[in-house]
Amino acid sequence: MSDSIDIINALALLTNFVILPGLSYGSQLALGALAVTLVYSILRFSNFAQGDSMAFGTMLVIFLSGYMINQGWTISGVPTALLAIPIAIIGMSIYLLLMDRLVYKHYRGIKIKQSIVGITASIGVMFITGGIVRFFLGASAQRFGDGERFIFSVREFKAFTGLQQGIALKTSQFLTITLAILLVAFLFYFLQKTKTGKAMRAYSDNKELALLSGIDPDRVVRITWLLVALLTTIAGTLYGLDKGFAPQQYHLLLLPIFASVIVGGIGSPLGAIAGAFLVAFSEILLTYAYKKFLIYLLPLSMHPSSLVQLIGTEYKYAISFVILVIVLLIRPTGIFKGKVIVDE
Amino acid sequence: MNNIKTIWEANKAIVSFTIMGLILLFVGMNQSWALALGIFNMSLISAIMALGVNIQWGYAGLFNVGIMGFAALGGVSVVLIAQQPVTEAIDAGGMKMFFALIMGAITIIGGIFLNRFGVNKWLTALLVIIGYLITRYYFSEAAELIEAVDPAITGYLGGFGLPVAFSWIVGGLAAAGAAWWIGKITLGLRTDYLAIATLGISEIILYVIKNEDWFVRGLKNVFGLPRPVPYEVDMQQSDWFQSLIAWLHKSELQLLTQSEQVERLGDYVREAAVVFVKLCYSGLFIAILGAFIILSNLALNSPWGRKVRAIRDNEVAASAMGKNIKRQHLQIFVIGSGIVGVAGALLVTYDGIFIPTAYQPLRFTFLIWVMVILGGSGNNLGSVLGAFIIWFIWIQSGPMGLWVVEMLGNNMQDGGALLEFIEERVHYLRLVFMGTILLLIMRFSPGGILPEKNKEL
Repeated sequence: MSDSIDIINALALLTNFVILPGLSYGSQLALGALAVTLVYSILRFSNFAQGDSMAFGTMLVIFLSGYMINQGWTISGVPTALLAIPIAIIGMSIYLLLMDRLVYKHYRGIKIKQSIVGITASIGVMFITGGIVRFFLGASAQRFGDGERFIFSVREFKAFTGLQQGIALKTSQFLTITLAILLVAFLFYFLQKTKTGKAMRAYSDNKELALLSGIDPDRVVRITWLLVALLTTIAGTLYGLDKGFAPQQYHLLLLPIFASVIVGGIGSPLGAIAGAFLVAFSEILLTYAYKKFLIYLLPLSMHPSSLVQLIGTEYKYAISFVILVIVLLIRPTGIFKGKVIVDE
Repeated sequence: MNNIKTIWEANKAIVSFTIMGLILLFVGMNQSWALALGIFNMSLISAIMALGVNIQWGYAGLFNVGIMGFAALGGVSVVLIAQQPVTEAIDAGGMKMFFALIMGAITIIGGIFLNRFGVNKWLTALLVIIGYLITRYYFSEAAELIEAVDPAITGYLGGFGLPVAFSWIVGGLAAAGAAWWIGKITLGLRTDYLAIATLGISEIILYVIKNEDWFVRGLKNVFGLPRPVPYEVDMQQSDWFQSLIAWLHKSELQLLTQSEQVERLGDYVREAAVVFVKLCYSGLFIAILGAFIILSNLALNSPWGRKVRAIRDNEVAASAMGKNIKRQHLQIFVIGSGIVGVAGALLVTYDGIFIPTAYQPLRFTFLIWVMVILGGSGNNLGSVLGAFIIWFIWIQSGPMGLWVVEMLGNNMQDGGALLEFIEERVHYLRLVFMGTILLLIMRFSPGGILPEKNKEL
């Protein structure tokens, strides 16, 4: 076997186990991080309920798609969850707007440190949301994807290219990447070009000035929650299709999501996306076992005997934390200069 | 009506504590004394934890979302201090592990120094990575050796075999150390960063505890931790305890025959031994809680306390007066976390068993938060009251929930499946319930039951 084939095999291996999972996990994180950044820019607090809200949105999708499968409302090959998403977004919007009306709205009216009250209130919402999800779905992990699992599988790829190592493209990965690109494009178009989007940016930059020029704050907040519902439901569902649904997993997603937001620069949408991919790829690159990869590239005498894994998979959440700490030490504003590093 | 209100306003603390005491007495007389004392002791431990959080939140407005992690550090130190060392494991891999940890420490410290002295960044990074790889190599080898030693019973290094009381101090110091590190990085930046960082560190502490079997046995739990108080079995066999119980129940026992007397006395002694041990713990916890309350009240009323409150109420003004806000916040954050660590150590001592999976954010972080906010943030007595109320609700809400479900079941004809479903899941509603309590207090009574007296607003 010649060397160039080995290198191609090694690259195929890396694509299958690092690049594709990294791209889809990064996209899921990016959508969640965008939601956190939006809430932060407009409502000026870090939303600790984000992870559990994603679980809530996914729960709606699970129930709806279950119902739709029962009724036979399916399209062959397409995960039913995808068809359930639009209705779930409506449900999620209602839930978030209700929470805003009952919990957050009161504090916007009074003069008080918004960031602290916001965190406390969102932690309350986090536990309520988490409790509701666990009550209806239980705490154990489950899968809810149906339809074709692969766009093309390892075997098909191998037969097609004749390589030793195959690449599989899972439907969930394909959906994640496509949907994320569409959603991000829509969001940026909305924020940059539409009048409402411009109003939102103005409100985020300078609240007083925006109010003076006649922007309706309630409307801005409402639109924000609608966008958050859109991002949250889709991010949650995609993550669930990819890795299965478990409430605790979603709750812990908070850590990589916050790391993404802060790495990118809190309040900066572009930064949130960049941060999400940075976190996702660090997590996967550091926990991937390079043994097979090195066997392809190194001569026989240098083949590793151990797994060549830098950090055990069980510590993947520690990676986002370490990234967070490093950023806070070196550049607290994040890569794309976020807005504030000290309390207003 | 107005009259009642003024009396309540004047004697809030006394009245609410009396009511709480009466409720516990009621539980003792109607359910059992062991249960009532169990609730009482756990409330005391929670109160110490709440006190630590109150110092952070009430005194300085610092938001700690990682109470669970600091409590777990306290728990770990009980195992590390009080358990007997496992000599075989130390012989097998102790030296290697020691070497690995030293290597790790050298790598970290060396990295910091190289960075500080402006050595080329890439060279520093390379050296740190090499150090990490060497550490990891020896570390995993040592961990394997240690974990292989009789894994069903030991499989870890054990502790130092010192009296358990030391572990409370060490637990406090460990938590304070972790808090210092976190605070150093995040204080002085936005409040959110501290919250996020504490959330992260507490999850990571637990991941380490659960995954590193050589350290504190991971998910295999550590049983039979030594106690600071006598064992029930010893109490039952001691003569003076038996005669004390016999004397207490003298009038009743006299009416019985000889054999009945012995049998009845045995029952009483068994029951009384449990209660006695719990009472010993109560005394211990009350002493520690009392000491903490007295100390923190003294501190709060000293010039130091005024400075702290001034910073909390108006950072800009305090800063203009030349107070170093970041240093002050760091100090308070470390003290508060240290107290949480002590409480965590006391909790594991009381349980006599270390179970990593018992550390749930709801139970450790969130519940303590609700206690502090319900009781009245900034008021130490308020935190204690909050701890008693919330712990009582927490313990009793399980059976209450089931009871409600059963009542519903009696009135429903054919809801068997639905009922079973609810019965299985009803405990998750405690999350919703506690979250609602938190939001309601925040909204309608931000000061809590016993609001802080000298808040200048």
